[in-house]
Amino acid sequence: MTRSHATLLAWLILCHAFLYAPIGFLVALSFNDSRLVTAWAGFSLRWYAALWQDQTLITAALLSLRIAAASATLALIVGTLAGYALARFGRFRMRGAFAAALAAPLVLPEVITGLSLLLLFVALEQGIGWPAGRGAGTVTLAHASISVAYVAVVVRARLAGTPVELEEAAMDLYAPPWQAFARVTLPLMAPALVSGWLLAFTLSLDDVVVASFTSGPGASTLPMVVFSSIKLGPTPELYALATLIVVAVAAILLAVWRAQRGLAAATIARDSPLR
Amino acid sequence: MNRGRALVLAVPWAWLLLLLLAPCVIVLVIALSESVDRVPPYSFAHPSLDNLALVATDPLYRDALLLSLKVAGVSTLICLLAGYPMALAIARSGERWRALLLLLAMLPFWTGFLMRINAWIGLLQDDGWINTVLGGFGVAPLRLLYTDAAMYIGIVYTYLPFMVLPLYARLSQLEAALLEAAADLGAPPWRAFLRVTLPLSLPGVWAGALLVFIPAVGEYVIPELLGGPQAQLIGRVLWGEFFQNRDWPTAAAVAVALLVVLLVVPGAVFSFVRRRVT
Repeated sequence: MTRSHATLLAWLILCHAFLYAPIGFLVALSFNDSRLVTAWAGFSLRWYAALWQDQTLITAALLSLRIAAASATLALIVGTLAGYALARFGRFRMRGAFAAALAAPLVLPEVITGLSLLLLFVALEQGIGWPAGRGAGTVTLAHASISVAYVAVVVRARLAGTPVELEEAAMDLYAPPWQAFARVTLPLMAPALVSGWLLAFTLSLDDVVVASFTSGPGASTLPMVVFSSIKLGPTPELYALATLIVVAVAAILLAVWRAQRGLAAATIARDSPLR
Repeated sequence: MNRGRALVLAVPWAWLLLLLLAPCVIVLVIALSESVDRVPPYSFAHPSLDNLALVATDPLYRDALLLSLKVAGVSTLICLLAGYPMALAIARSGERWRALLLLLAMLPFWTGFLMRINAWIGLLQDDGWINTVLGGFGVAPLRLLYTDAAMYIGIVYTYLPFMVLPLYARLSQLEAALLEAAADLGAPPWRAFLRVTLPLSLPGVWAGALLVFIPAVGEYVIPELLGGPQAQLIGRVLWGEFFQNRDWPTAAAVAVALLVVLLVVPGAVFSFVRRRVT
C-alpha cells in the first residue's frame, strides 16, 4: 500500500465516522432511561414500550407501509416497461423526449413535484370528479410517479449488461416474443426488479414533502407524523423507532444481498437457453 | 414499429403525459391565475403575468432564490471535496473490499432521512452532546442548532452519498494501465492524478454535482428543522405561500421561477467551464 492510498483510506474512515456517528448516537440514546436526549440516565427499554403503545405512530406506520408497497408495485410495472423499451427497442420515434421525461423526476426538487401533482389532482377532481378528495390513493400515485424513474434506470442498466443474444436465441428457437420475455428476459432482470422495488419502497417510506402536498385530512403518513413531532423537539421514542428501522434495513439489505447472489446463479444455471 | 412494441411504449407514455407533463402545464396555468377566496383558491377568469412578475421583482423571492443557489453551491462544493477522495479510496481498494466499502457509504441513505436529521438535532442542541464534549475541554457552549452551520452539516450529511456514487462509478472504470503508463513516462503521482485521473473523472463530477445541487436548491426540510428563521430558502418560501398563506397562484409562480433557474444555471456553469477549458 502506498502512502497516498493510506491517506485516502484515513479520509474514507473519517467520512464514514461522520456518516455513522449520528446513527450510533440515536441507537444508544434510544435505550436511555430519561425523557431528555441530552443526558444519560441508565439503560432502559421504556421507549420501546412507549412506541408499542403509541396508536398514532402505529396507524401512520401501517398506512406508510401500505402506500410504500402499492406505489413500489405500480412503479415496478411502469418502470420495467420503460426501462425495457430503452434498453431493447433501439431507435424509436421520440426516444430522446421519452428518456428525458422519464428521468425528469430524478432532478426535480421535491417541492415542485409535490405542488404540481397536488394541483393536478385538484384540477382532475374539478374536471372529472376523480380522484375524489386526497388521501392514501393520491400519495400512492405521487410516490409511484417519482419511483418509476428509479426503477427504469435500474432495469435499463441491468439489461444493458445482459447480452441480447440470449433473447434472440430463444426467438430463433421459435419462442414467441412474449414467451422469450417471460422465460428469458424476466429471469435475467430479476435482480434489478428486486432492487428497483426495494428502492421505490424506501423512497416512499422516506418522503415527507411530496406526501404533505398530496395527502388529505385523516391520511398522515409516518414521515408526516414524525416531522411534526420533531418540530416540537427530539424524543427518545423517535430514537427507538429509528433504531428499529436501522435494524430492519440492515436485515433486509443483507438478505437481498445474499439472495441476489443466489438468484443470479440459480437463474443462469436453470433457465439459460445456452445450457 | 410492430404492435407489441407500441403497446409496451403506450403504458409509460400515458403515465408520463398524465403525471409529468400535465402537472407542469397546470402549474403554469395556475401561476397565470389569480388568488381568490374559495375552494380551490384560484381563478383563471383573468389570466395575467402578475404573479410571475411579482416573483421576478420582489426582493423577498429574489433573495430566497439567490440564498438557495448559494447554499446549494457551497454544499455541492463541500460534498465534492469530501466525496472525491472517498470515491477514489473505494475505487483503489482491493476487489473484495470495494462492494463492502461502497455499501457502507450508501447505507445511511436507507435508514430514514428524518430520523438522521432528528439525531443531528440531539447532537447540535445548546445542551446537546457536541457541547457536552466541548465543555469537557473547557469550551463555552456554542450556538449550533438553528444556524447556517447546522443547515450545511445537514445538507452535506444527507447528500454526500449521492456525490460518492457517480464518482465511484466513473473512477472504478479507470484503467490502472493508464496510471502505470503515466508513471512509466516519469509523471509523479500528483501529476498523473491531475493529467489523467481528474480529467477522465469529470463526467462523474458533473453527475454528482447535479445530484447534490438540484435537490439542495429546492430543499425544504433541512432548513426548516436545522436552519434558523433567517434561512429562508426558496423551498421554504414556496411551502409558506402554499400552506400558510394559501396563495396557490404565487406558490405556482415560485415553482415556475425555480424551474427556470434550475434549467438555466447548471447549463450556464457547464458552458462557462467548458469555454475556460478549451
